[in-house]
Amino acid sequence: MRDKVAFAGIGTTRYGSFPETDSYGLGCEALNIALDDCGLKPSDIDGLIVSRIPSYERFAEIMGINPQYCLLTETAGRFSGVSMALAANALYSGAAKYVALVYGNNGRSVRMRYGGGDSQWSPWGMTSPGAIHAMMWRRHMHEFGTTHADLGPVATAFRHHACLNPDAVMHGRPISLLDHDRSRPICEPLQLLDYCLINDGAVAWIMTTAERARDLKRPPVLLSGYARQDNFTYRTSPPDDFWYPSLSATRSVYDRAGIGREDIQGLGIYDNFSPTVLFSLEGLGFCKQGESGDFVRDGTLQLGTGRWPTNTSGGHLSDSYMQGWGIIAECVRQLRDDCGDRQIPNAQAMQYICATNIAQSAILRRAA
Amino acid sequence: MSLENRPKPVIDNWNRPFFEAAKNDKLLVQKCRDTGQCFFPPAPVSPFTGRPHWDWIEASGKGELWSFVVFYQSYFEGMKDELPYPVGMVKLAEGPFMLTNLWDMSPDDAVIGMKLSVRFPGGPDGLVLPQFGPEV
Repeated sequence: MRDKVAFAGIGTTRYGSFPETDSYGLGCEALNIALDDCGLKPSDIDGLIVSRIPSYERFAEIMGINPQYCLLTETAGRFSGVSMALAANALYSGAAKYVALVYGNNGRSVRMRYGGGDSQWSPWGMTSPGAIHAMMWRRHMHEFGTTHADLGPVATAFRHHACLNPDAVMHGRPISLLDHDRSRPICEPLQLLDYCLINDGAVAWIMTTAERARDLKRPPVLLSGYARQDNFTYRTSPPDDFWYPSLSATRSVYDRAGIGREDIQGLGIYDNFSPTVLFSLEGLGFCKQGESGDFVRDGTLQLGTGRWPTNTSGGHLSDSYMQGWGIIAECVRQLRDDCGDRQIPNAQAMQYICATNIAQSAILRRAA
Repeated sequence: MSLENRPKPVIDNWNRPFFEAAKNDKLLVQKCRDTGQCFFPPAPVSPFTGRPHWDWIEASGKGELWSFVVFYQSYFEGMKDELPYPVGMVKLAEGPFMLTNLWDMSPDDAVIGMKLSVRFPGGPDGLVLPQFGPEV
């Protein structure tokens, strides 16, 4: 399926707290921006994937879309990449011609809490995605001698990017390594500046076949390759392997895309918590396992200084918590030279990585 | 600090024997009949074969500290007084991981790899939440 499917339109809303609307309203806003971006109308859309918006039926009703392919995907952020792959399969098989993928999140204004509630471990006070990553990072520090300070260059690089991005929630609020070190503990060993933001917003992508995308308004960005490996062995307790084997399995993305690491100019890494960035770099082989702290120390992930500018919008840590949807949108924008002050010079290919129990990587490239 | 104020476990058909046994200071895990491997949390079938061929066994109650965290953020009303509180990930001698609190010790003294053993100090609603502390 190499290069057969393309991103034709991208839409992102403003990011912040918007109690006057909801995930439907935000989703419509993002979808209209994406439709205008590629020059399509709602009636052109014959495939619809909706995520984190409660009902696909209601969303389709609101937008006046009656597709031949439609589904709702899980709200977990790993489903941004999964949704992308589902859309690609639908397009490649001919199940749909133009798929709109719409993600809407009003977690900020409804005071969504990530933690608490009943679970297997709640009687012991174990809860929240952050705590799972804190548990993994403590073990990583033990096994490999990494430190909390190794996470600082991740947080500061992404904040630097947010300061170059006028739309980022944390635009205009630079941080230093010292700020990272001194931020308040949430679940040790992780601290506030290791955590993603919680904000409202929405993202929409219009995907279609590469052939159809050529006739639309903007230059197509091709989905060159996608690889995925799940591991649900540790569904109820933190994984004891940093998802390293399953992330390593997704290195097949390079073969699938026909694009090697050396031909990629920038990365989009799912950064719900700063350690996942390091797990991702190790898992995909950018450095040896255990050496990611050294790898990022001298600004490797930062625009202007590093070989691997990562999350140039600011990512989940500093731009917007759009659960991968925004990070993939940023990869597309880099490949259309839409990024202004944060543009990666001569970006030809971008790689997306998501370290979760559904480990995934994708390579996107500019159409020739 | 009181275990009585802890969030209540969600008891289902699979974990009920675990919580019943904990009231009598016993730590149960399931053991796969076909592979001899143990598993937790309680499930209808063995994850090693997918078959309902398993028995409850009493675990030794011994394990080692795999990793741990310390919560500063409040997520449960009944645990506010315990903040900051530790949660340890313990690898039981029988193999499975169990998440628990560190008992009879300060998290400052926690060292990954240290030997731990189980205690049964109490819990909400007459239930007992197994806790782990320095090996005794």
